[in-house]
Amino acid sequence: MTTISKFLKKPVSSLFLSVFCGFVTSFIILAITGYSPFEVASSLFNGIFSRPKHIMNVVIKGMPIIFTGISVAFAFKGGLFNMGAEGQFIVGTIASLIAGSIFDLPPFFQVLVVVVFGTLAGTLLGGLTGFLKAKFGTHEVITGIMFNWIALYISNFVVSLKNFHRPNSNSTFPMKDSGFTGLRGNLGFLKDSFFSDILKTEVNVGIIVAIVVAIFVSFILNKTQKGYEICAAGLNAEAAKFAGMNVYKNTIYVMMISGGISGLAAALSITGTSPHSISILAGFENNGFNGLSVALIANNSPIGCIFSGLFFSGLIYGGKSMQSDLKTPSEIINIMMGVIVFFVAVARIFPIIVDRLLKRRQKSNG
Amino acid sequence: MPSKIKISSQYAVQMRGVTKKFNNKKVLSSVDIDIKKGTVHAILGENGAGKSTLMNILYGFYRADEGTIFLNGKIAEIKSPHVAIRNKIGMVYQHFMLIDKFTVMENIILGNEMVNKFGVLDLKKSRNRILEISNKYSLLVDLDAKIEDMSVAMQQRVEILKILYREVDILIFDEPTAVLSPTEIEDFISTIRGFALEGKTVIVITHKLKEIMNSSDKCTIIRSGVNVGTVNISDVDQKELAEKMVGHTVELSAKKTKFTPGNVVFKITDLCVENEKKVLALDNFSLKVRAGEILGIAGVDGNGQRELIDSIACLAKVKSGVIEICGKQIQNTNPCNVLNNGIAIIHEDREKIGLILDYTVAENSMMKNYKLKDFSKNGILKKKFIDKFAKNLINKYDIKPENCINIPARNLSGGNQQKLVIAREISSKPNLLIAVQPTRGLDVGAIEYVHRMLIKERDEGRAIILISLEMDEIMQLSDTISVIYNGCIVGNFDRKMTNEREIGFLMAGGEKNDYNLKIS
Repeated sequence: MTTISKFLKKPVSSLFLSVFCGFVTSFIILAITGYSPFEVASSLFNGIFSRPKHIMNVVIKGMPIIFTGISVAFAFKGGLFNMGAEGQFIVGTIASLIAGSIFDLPPFFQVLVVVVFGTLAGTLLGGLTGFLKAKFGTHEVITGIMFNWIALYISNFVVSLKNFHRPNSNSTFPMKDSGFTGLRGNLGFLKDSFFSDILKTEVNVGIIVAIVVAIFVSFILNKTQKGYEICAAGLNAEAAKFAGMNVYKNTIYVMMISGGISGLAAALSITGTSPHSISILAGFENNGFNGLSVALIANNSPIGCIFSGLFFSGLIYGGKSMQSDLKTPSEIINIMMGVIVFFVAVARIFPIIVDRLLKRRQKSNG
Repeated sequence: MPSKIKISSQYAVQMRGVTKKFNNKKVLSSVDIDIKKGTVHAILGENGAGKSTLMNILYGFYRADEGTIFLNGKIAEIKSPHVAIRNKIGMVYQHFMLIDKFTVMENIILGNEMVNKFGVLDLKKSRNRILEISNKYSLLVDLDAKIEDMSVAMQQRVEILKILYREVDILIFDEPTAVLSPTEIEDFISTIRGFALEGKTVIVITHKLKEIMNSSDKCTIIRSGVNVGTVNISDVDQKELAEKMVGHTVELSAKKTKFTPGNVVFKITDLCVENEKKVLALDNFSLKVRAGEILGIAGVDGNGQRELIDSIACLAKVKSGVIEICGKQIQNTNPCNVLNNGIAIIHEDREKIGLILDYTVAENSMMKNYKLKDFSKNGILKKKFIDKFAKNLINKYDIKPENCINIPARNLSGGNQQKLVIAREISSKPNLLIAVQPTRGLDVGAIEYVHRMLIKERDEGRAIILISLEMDEIMQLSDTISVIYNGCIVGNFDRKMTNEREIGFLMAGGEKNDYNLKIS
């Protein structure tokens, strides 16, 4: 039995158990509300895996939250909680749209300029958060939340500007199509194959960049001198300071890079998928907030964010097919995700519970 | 060893077969102990021997896996500290459990407030009770003072009053003298002797042999979770106790070669530093250290030692004055500059500041020199070189377990963590080595080792500042001794020309001339 508790102490097994508990709990809720858990499970599964198209859609939807997950994970390694990923994503979208509408360059350069603008906007907002933290000690979570709202209203303001606003709609004009990052045109060779229905999706370069960024960030954190400093400051700022590291500067750098990754997510998102424009936002779209959950499930590993991001987007996307097949309420999938995140957050209780059960058994035996 | 004494009401506490495991590791195995009423009973043991765990079980903070506790001859099940207090057992921890912003009175009555029939606090009644107790045991204290404005010794007094207010008969003290000056220790000992005379039972957890000799009637020695014997203090001497504690013969004093100082390496002149409350914590503080010299700074905790270290490390702002290393001024620069000028500091808090516990041993070993070009190329760390560097340190400084380069520093024992810190600091070949409480929380074997290392460095001509609260350590290692009191150096001595009494007198705020008058 001790092997079980040892097994459960490994982070990975706790993670899978958390996910499992999340599913079980949500199926119980479904059963109580009168839906057959098996039907729901099969509908969810089919919604994700039945056709290449669905899988590709999960990947496309997952791309932005993989990025914001990496962004949050990176900041977390540096000891900062990037609650402002949402806002950084929004300003990234705004900057990308503006650049993509104003400039008119050949396709490759246009994409480059749009992406640089989006990334830069996120970098600046993240950097500002970091600067306020380093200089005045303002907590990054507070400023992050405030900047999220500021970004939201700036976005709505931009939509209302005469130059960008499309008449009789609640959105802007789309950006110039030379800035699009869709790959459909390059995948013509798939036309007659089994994968042909991928061409019906908005397949784009985003996921490739996401994987590259995940590997790159992972390399920076684990193999470089800068990464050594960042993690040192994150694990123990006092010790890092004492060892001669400049923790203040680090805070600003880390937030800049983290913000930049969220901005990049936004740029690739708006250039990759329609409508390539911004709409009036009544509330947050949760690209950044979902990143928090993604990073949490990935235990702040950038590579892990790829998988947890896909898992999350699978739930979101598959949840839609549940809704259309079985008429389940849309909230159920949110409950499921919430429960899973909850169990991941408290995953540490599993080994404790097992230990306690073991002890009780020993007592009753002896 | 199993106790042959019968359970009887003559004994305040008797424990039989107490066993406790943490994560499958036995910290106590079948411990028996008998503590007679109206005595002062010391529990001696090295760090991690299990002495605190045993007392925490008695106080109900932990529950034993096996074993029984008898109080006054009757079996007792102590589930929580609450139950312990109801059974008239009180404990004073090493780190006080007081609320800084509350007054003494508020702290004492907290959790045990007297109310009148309308449920309103009856402060007058409480006050009278406290005054009665404090007069009885002459534990005088200003009931309306705030804890944050009091000295550590006074805070301890409040803790004692707190448990007396709860009418306990058995008082447990966990390392009570760690933060007291020599005179305060004397006061403390006479206080607990007074309790014993009153018929109360006092249990003192400690590793300080001398105080046991002065204060206790009996002493139980715990080694690796086993009771290795209870002795009458009148029958033993310090060396015997020490050997029982570690299980082999020990050398209580370190050997040194002749003192041959070189040039002045490090100099502080008229340093003034304010603490967080904007009060001068260092006031015209000056000192000098020569090559090949160990300068011991003796003093009670909180007399400016922390500010001194922080200002040398450039973590605190210096108001005025000069800090000079090899003729170069470094005050108010940054920690990186301090390192580059060859100042290495063995910080007292290895867990929070000396090490990053979640980093591996290898990562910790390069913390001070990762910027050197051997360690990285184009910003990418050279893993092979780093591993070799760490391995070298591990072998040279005998850090255990041997293959620990890739395990987190957290998993090392306290002694090995300290070895790692010392290895790292010494290996940078500094001009000045500052050791702050370098043996805090270490067992006798590790203390011997650390002392040997410091003396070796001194023999090789390094300038060393030793800041310690342990009088014995200062007396054994130092070539010259400066006493710090209230942010000033109040006396400089050649080690050979002074003694513990004189140093202790100055540490407690006495004037140098008064001491000379007193003894002449």
